[in-house]
This record gives sequence, structure tokens and C-alpha cells, in this order.
Amino acid sequence: MSSRALVMARIRRALADVPRTEAPSEVAVERTYLRRHGDRTPAETADLLAENLADYRAVVHRTDAAALPALIARLLTARNATTVVVPPGLPADWLSATEVRRVPDTAELTPHDLDAVSSVVTGCAVAIAETGTVVLDASPDQGRRRITLVPDHHICVIGVPVQVVDSVPEALERLDPSRPQTWISGPSATSDIELDRVEGVHGPRTLEVVLVTAANPPAEDAVFLTSRPHQAS
Amino acid sequence: MPAFPKAADTSTHNTQLRANLRHATHTIRAKRATAVAELDDWGRLRAAGAAIKDRTLRHLDHYLEQLERAVTAAGGQVHWAADADEANRIVTELVRATGEREVVKVKSMATQEIGLNHALAEAGITAYETDLAELIVQLGDDLPSHILVPAIHRNRAEIRDIFTAKMARWGRPAPDGLTDAPADLAEAARLHLREKFLNAKVGVSGANFMVAETGTLVVVESEGNGRMCLTLPDTLISVVGIEKVVPTFQDLEVFLQLLPRSSTAERMNPYTSTWTGTTDDDGPRAFHLVLLDNGRTDALADTVGRQALRCIRCSACLNVCPVYERAGGHAYGSAYPGPIGAILTPQLRGTQSELDASLPYASSLCGACYEVCPVAIDIPEVLLHLRERVVEGGPASVRGTRAVIKPAKGHAAERAAMRAASWALDHPRVLRSGQRLASRTRRFHPRRLPGPGRAWSDSRELPTVPAESFRDWWQRTRTTTTPRHGDDRNTP
Repeated sequence: MSSRALVMARIRRALADVPRTEAPSEVAVERTYLRRHGDRTPAETADLLAENLADYRAVVHRTDAAALPALIARLLTARNATTVVVPPGLPADWLSATEVRRVPDTAELTPHDLDAVSSVVTGCAVAIAETGTVVLDASPDQGRRRITLVPDHHICVIGVPVQVVDSVPEALERLDPSRPQTWISGPSATSDIELDRVEGVHGPRTLEVVLVTAANPPAEDAVFLTSRPHQAS
Repeated sequence: MPAFPKAADTSTHNTQLRANLRHATHTIRAKRATAVAELDDWGRLRAAGAAIKDRTLRHLDHYLEQLERAVTAAGGQVHWAADADEANRIVTELVRATGEREVVKVKSMATQEIGLNHALAEAGITAYETDLAELIVQLGDDLPSHILVPAIHRNRAEIRDIFTAKMARWGRPAPDGLTDAPADLAEAARLHLREKFLNAKVGVSGANFMVAETGTLVVVESEGNGRMCLTLPDTLISVVGIEKVVPTFQDLEVFLQLLPRSSTAERMNPYTSTWTGTTDDDGPRAFHLVLLDNGRTDALADTVGRQALRCIRCSACLNVCPVYERAGGHAYGSAYPGPIGAILTPQLRGTQSELDASLPYASSLCGACYEVCPVAIDIPEVLLHLRERVVEGGPASVRGTRAVIKPAKGHAAERAAMRAASWALDHPRVLRSGQRLASRTRRFHPRRLPGPGRAWSDSRELPTVPAESFRDWWQRTRTTTTPRHGDDRNTP
């Protein structure tokens, strides 16, 4: 007997008490928990996101679409960044104000290559206000998972309000499980030594999050809509 | 391994260990209460979490088949392991097939349970633990003592000494003049492990959840070592217990709220990774999922004990347990310490060994573990159930087949006392004369029990026997006192 058949037979024997006719859906699951914790205006939701991101030691910046390129340029300069990884679908104007050398995210880029890069700039799939989380799903404006992992400095741009949700249940509704996801809540951290929190173990030690208010020009708005193509219909 | 009381006797006399444990458990406990209090609907989330797990467990065959189809369709390969040896063999062969001699590992309870590192070492393959605490444990040739913070029994000075003495043997040595500041120690670990991550060709992980509907696996972590192991190697091998499956992707909305707050007391842990099979040019090219039974179906067969399989390994029960706080994790003699270990280990391994038979007794039955459990496992109920099985024996599932467990040795006195008590309680006259005899001889009762009972009464006062039994008192007083107002039905 194969191990698969063996384990399956054990399971069926173990579940002798479950009526054969019982369907999984007949085991009641009451979903009376809240879809979100509190009613907020979009502006309040963005404020809560900023507050919770900062609480977990992400550096939060707020700007509008027009001022975004200058802000990104300033953040890279402040870090003395010499190179920046660029996801294939990053809106071109985001890096239009910086002179830092661009390293395109391609399949040929090895982990060692990435280790030599200073920074990375990405968009995101969705951000969760209640938990201070940004979710990446490897869409073209975010690139492969490794580019936000190996470099020590990550700048993540979030479109406000379109990319921000209140809660974990609302975020899952928007996400496509077939895409690899990385949920990020503050920079890498450990409390393994006497429960002293230390930021920055293996992931980027600095996470900067830029909340960009769509300052009305519809063209800028469209940028954010393309960066979340998996919104549940 | 010695039985729990013996092992705990050693650890409770280690004052450094007790101070570390007390600090850790009290700190996390307080933070957790705050994080949980933020959500008004905690009780409803908890009930939903328990119900989703119950639904899954009652139809585990259905969900595992669904999971297998989804993982395979997404480019993964599914393997089944009936026990630890088989899982170790599968992983060893998979690593050998890559031609590699080294693997990087994310902290995983399942691989600890099956002793994977040891099995790989015997096959000439080195497994590098990459979680900071697991690294400390591995370099110190030590054992984990807590699910969430495995090196909680080590203080910073000890960790500095371990790094300085041992890192060079495993790879990049510790920096010269390493201090014991946690930030410096973390930096030393970063440098030491980065070399491993960048060169790694094979990663080994567990998983917190597997989604049947989509074939998605989920790993929650803090340091980024998980992301490194899950995304940089060419081959990823995940060893996951069959009970870790949940029906739908949307079900994660419950567990991704319950787990971080219960575990690290955070609104969300720094990193959560999800992946579904393989993705072109992003992450491992080959993904193997090893589904592990290793006693889980035995637990599943027990309608009382089954609820232990809901466990999401948050470790909240450890942090509130008065026994764990004093005894520490090593005394439990398995990968799963604390209250959850006391009900999980004897179900996964059976109660044949002295240690495993002693685990259901490693509790004061205070119930704090049940209160904090995010999936509402009634740990005290299962403890009592397992105590009964240890003492009385009876039918149980052992490695997948129905068996009758023999009563454990060493409980003969307890069984004899219980039999005598049950007989006396069935025979009122015997009980009455026994009670009268006890009352009349009360002046001669010892303060401590003689013989085998001595140890029990070392730390306990024997109850004093009253001058008169309740029955005698009732008999004597009901006929002489005036009945109270409204109680005239008792009037003769």
C-alpha cells in the first residue's frame, strides 16, 4: 500500500464517528466576526495606516503624485544609495528625478548581485490600515519577491485611498492566491535575545513607506489602478 | 528522557532559567492581552477559528485530496509520509537528487518533531537553522525550550559566548570583540547567515497553513530568514502536518488575525509569505510538499483528543502556564512543550513511555491555557481524558490501528484506591462505618502519609478528618433543631 493510501485509510478509520452523509459545509462556521473594526472615512483609514506603520518602525512619508519623484530622489540621496533595483512595471516618472543608477529586475539577477544593490523602489498590491501592513503580490510594479528582500533599503509607494483597506478580511478579498505574496509589517525584526526587539535581521533594515494621495489628475490615478489588477470583482 | 517530574525537578532548581522564563512569559503575556483587547470581536474570531478547524478535521480526507490536486496543478509535487522515518527518508532523497550537501532551514515545528536535522546529518547533509533563536540552539548544541522563542533559556552573555566559540565551525566566524548587545548579536547572525542564504540551493520549511481550495502555503515569521529560505533557493521542500490545512483562502482572514496577536502580541508579524506551487522566474523552480501523519491520525481517532489538532502553534498557552513557567520547555521532552505539548505529545507518540505517560500530569488544571487559546482547545478536558487513559488503559488508535492500551505501571496504588473508593461509595453501610472509624481515630492520624504517599504529602497538608461525618451530623441535628420558616416539609 502506498503511504498516501495508508494515511487516507487511517484518516477514514479515525473519522468513523462522522456520518458518511455529512457534507463539509454542514459543519457550522459562524462568521459573525467584524469585516472591519470601526467605521472610518478614507482619510481616517489612511491616518490609521500611517500610525500603525510608524508604530512598527516603518518610516512614513506623505505626499501627492506630483511631488513623488522628488521625494523618492531625496530618500535615495539621504541613504547615499548608489544603485536602485527597478521592477519592470514601475511607473517611469517615479524615478524621473534621481540620478542613482538603475538596476532592472531581470531573471539573470543573482542573489549576490542583489546583495550589492543599495535600494529598491516598488508599488504594492494593497495596504491594511488596522495592522500597518503592505502586501506585495509580485505584480509588474513590485517585481520578484527577492528584490524587496536582499537590498537593505526598501521604498514602498502606496496609492491613497485606492490601495488602502481597513482590515485583513478586506485585503484578502482583493488578493489573488495564485500570485506569490509578501505581507510586510515594519522592517525585519527579532525579539529572540531576552525579548529585546532588534530591527533588521535578514530583510531590509529600513522600510520607507510613501503614502501618495492621488491629487486628482486622472492620469496619475490610473497608475495605481494598474498596480492592482487583481481586485475582486 | 526522564519522566516530567524528574526533569522538572532539575530545571526548577536552576534559578537563572527560572528568572529568564518568568521574565519572558510575563512580558509576552501582558503584551498579548493588550493586542487581543484591541479587537472587539476576539471571541467571535476565536469561535470561527475553532469551527473552521473542526470542519477541516471532520473532513480531512476531502480537504487533503483537494489540496493535493491544487498543489500539483500549480507545479508542486506532493509526497505522503506515514511517520517520521518516512518523512526524513523522502526529504533526504529529494536533497540528494539535487546533488547538494547543504540546506537552509526556516524554523519549523514539524521538522523538529521528526528529527530531520539529525537524519540529514547521518546522510552527510548539513542543515543550517536560520531563525536567530534556532541558530543559537544549533550552535550551542542545545534543544529549543519554547515554541516561539526557542532560546529563551539563554541570556545575552551566554549567546555571545556561543557565537564567539562556535560560528567559525559552521561558516563565517563571529566578528572580533563581539559584545553582548542584542543588536550586535543580531548583526553577527545576519553576516553569518547571509553567506548561507546567497549560496543556498535547497531550502526546507514547514508551513503555518495550507489552503485546500488553492494549494497556497503560508509561512509567518519576523526576521526575514523565512523569506530568504522560501525565495532564494532553486528547490523548496516543505514538511507540513496534515492538520495544517484550511478550506479556503478567505479562511485566512480569521487565522491571520488570531495568530500574530496570540503569538508575538503584534497586530501583524513583520513578514508573511504565501506561495502556490511554483512561479516562473520568481522563487524556487521545484517545490515539494511532504504531508506528514506521524501520529496525527491517532489523535484524530480520539473524539475528545482530536481538538488538539486545531492548534496553530501560537504558544500563548505556554506563557500563561504556571507549570511551564517553572519547569521550562526541556522537561516536556518533545518539540511541543507547555500545556499543548502535554496533550499533543502523548497523542502523537502514545502513552507507552514513562515520559509520555507523565505528561498529562504536568498541569495544575488551572484552565488558563484554555482561556487564552485562540482556537479554544479545552486543554484541561483533554488532560483529564489522557490521565484516564494512562491509569485505566482502554481502546485507542496506535499508529493507525485500533489497539487496547494497557493501564500504565506505577499507577497501581491510585487504581487500587479508586477501586476501593468506588466500592465504598456503592455500599453506604461500609462508607458509614469507615467514616466513623476515621473520626474516632483522628487523634492518631499522621501529618504525613507513610510509604509511597510520602512524596505527595511533602508539599501538601493532609486534610483533617472532622469529629463527625456529615451524615451523622445530619442524623443527629435534623431531629432536634426547629425547622426553618418555609421548610416545614421536613417536619416529622
